[in-house]
Amino acid sequence: MAELSGKYLVGVYDDDDTVLHAVPRLRKAGVKIQEVYSPFPIHGMDDALGHPRTRIGIAAFMFGVVGCCVALTLMIWTMGIDWPMIVGGKDSISLPNYIPITFELTVLFTAFGMVTTFFISNGLSPAAHNHERFDVRATDNKFIMAINVGRNSMSEDEISRALRDSGAEEVNIKQF
Amino acid sequence: MASAHSIPSIEERFEFTSGAKRNLIIGGAIGAALVVVGIYLAAQPGGHHEAEAAQGAVNAITGHAATASHEAAGHAVEEHHVSWLTRIWANLWVNAVYFTGISVIGMFFISYNYLAQAGWSAVFKRVPEAMPAFLPITGVIMLLVFIFGGHDLFHWTHAEVYEVGGPEYDEVLAGKHGYLNTPFFVGRMIFYFVAWYFMWRKIRQFSLEEDQIGGTELYDKSIRLGTAFLVIFGVTSSTSAWDFVMSIDPHWFSTMFGWYTLASWHVAGLAVITLAVVMLRERGYLKAVNSSHLRDLGKFVFAWSIFWAYVWFCQFLLIYYANQPEEIIYFIERFRGHGSIFKAPFFITLCLNFFLPFLVLMTRDSKFTHSILKVACWGVIIGHYMDFYTNIMPGSAGDTAGFGPLEWGFFLVFICGFVWSMATQLEKANLIPKHHPMLEESLHHDIA
Repeated sequence: MAELSGKYLVGVYDDDDTVLHAVPRLRKAGVKIQEVYSPFPIHGMDDALGHPRTRIGIAAFMFGVVGCCVALTLMIWTMGIDWPMIVGGKDSISLPNYIPITFELTVLFTAFGMVTTFFISNGLSPAAHNHERFDVRATDNKFIMAINVGRNSMSEDEISRALRDSGAEEVNIKQF
Repeated sequence: MASAHSIPSIEERFEFTSGAKRNLIIGGAIGAALVVVGIYLAAQPGGHHEAEAAQGAVNAITGHAATASHEAAGHAVEEHHVSWLTRIWANLWVNAVYFTGISVIGMFFISYNYLAQAGWSAVFKRVPEAMPAFLPITGVIMLLVFIFGGHDLFHWTHAEVYEVGGPEYDEVLAGKHGYLNTPFFVGRMIFYFVAWYFMWRKIRQFSLEEDQIGGTELYDKSIRLGTAFLVIFGVTSSTSAWDFVMSIDPHWFSTMFGWYTLASWHVAGLAVITLAVVMLRERGYLKAVNSSHLRDLGKFVFAWSIFWAYVWFCQFLLIYYANQPEEIIYFIERFRGHGSIFKAPFFITLCLNFFLPFLVLMTRDSKFTHSILKVACWGVIIGHYMDFYTNIMPGSAGDTAGFGPLEWGFFLVFICGFVWSMATQLEKANLIPKHHPMLEESLHHDIA
């Protein structure tokens, strides 16, 4: 999550299709869009915004590998080395018996790790209200486009006009 | 961004070129030559004695009196047969069962897509639709193998095991006689093939008519027919798995076997569909299939290889953990029996069917990369052949089994035959079902 500072122009759209078509149009006109907030996911929006691909898959794989290793280490050490135990007449280290728990811990680590990573990298938490900082209606029925004026070479008026041309029903100014 | 793509033409005729026909004939001829070489090698005297010693070893290892005696009994009966003949029957059976499964999965795929009223798959629907045309061929092969080689493959077909008080009397098999008897078995087999094949013929006919007249009436009919097929297949997929594969080891049973075989057939069928779509695209067809379709197909193969591994492991773990003699013998036989020749296929199966697709298809981009999809699909197709090989061979060919030119030859002949039948079907109609009600949705399929 980029730090919010400076002056922002906030375009408010009424329709997901309008905002989806507005994005490439504005970008073509030279406007640098910081983010679009929507009550629901819009197909093709991340492509349209040109955001880089998420790397959460790599994180998920790493968490999975860690979970797998933790599970195997735990079971091999406790059941086989520290206090060898024979269960069901099997060797104290018998891999097939360990697989269900290895699978569970792999999934558990992956799921928790991914959710945590996702929350941290997006600045989400119950205390954070980033999505409401531009316009609270982004959680209800409006589609909000945030543009950092300082990071744009175009003037405020030009951006404002481009926003209205692209279908925005309101253009507000937010100062952080 | 679907609207930004331009949709290529949906008028496409597949041409089964003479070059492709020639290649398939050459492939089939190489396969046949390998079979001949394989028979020659298998018929060489000397190779058999070593295997007999190994059979003694497996009986000693299992140590279970009843099991050992039935193994020995089963063996005594087979003793006077020509050993390589059993191996040929078993090979034909493995391939016929495998390709029956792949063919019927084509029908299965279109049926559940109809039932779910799925839109995405409409554009390449002709590919799974072309697969079940091979069913009559495998059906006839299986019937002939059962009639002429059934005694070599199926221990339960021997009349003497049901003679009360006789030296070969087998209480377990006598208890299963109500289900496992020749007339009922042949009747079931004929029912499977007739039901599967003719339901496919009907749904295919609807599909071809739809190309001419359009409308949604035929679509609704196809949904009903597909649903009926799923009900029938829900039962027959399990019973055919028991009949074709599990009854080869008639004393052994697993309640997961129907699911396990269905998972195996299904993932192999999906791999064939994906591979066919990729190969058609490489030859300039199916340009309307976009990366989203390919990714969904890749996900399908990925997910079902995991499902197969899950079922495979569940079956294995329960038996391994409980360690009941009459159950564990199935795996003992594959690990240590018959001179350990089945140990390698057993683990190759696991690697090709689980680890390879799991690791190769895990990333997002690999699922629409032609070369990676081809590697994964071929791995799955060969891996599930090995799966049926490890399930069928130990109980049928046993000591006379092997893995050499004979096996590769038969597999190659069946592949070429299957591709031939599929290509012939693809040629019969426009490659894209142009009046399918869901086609528009399918052309714009976009999973971002």
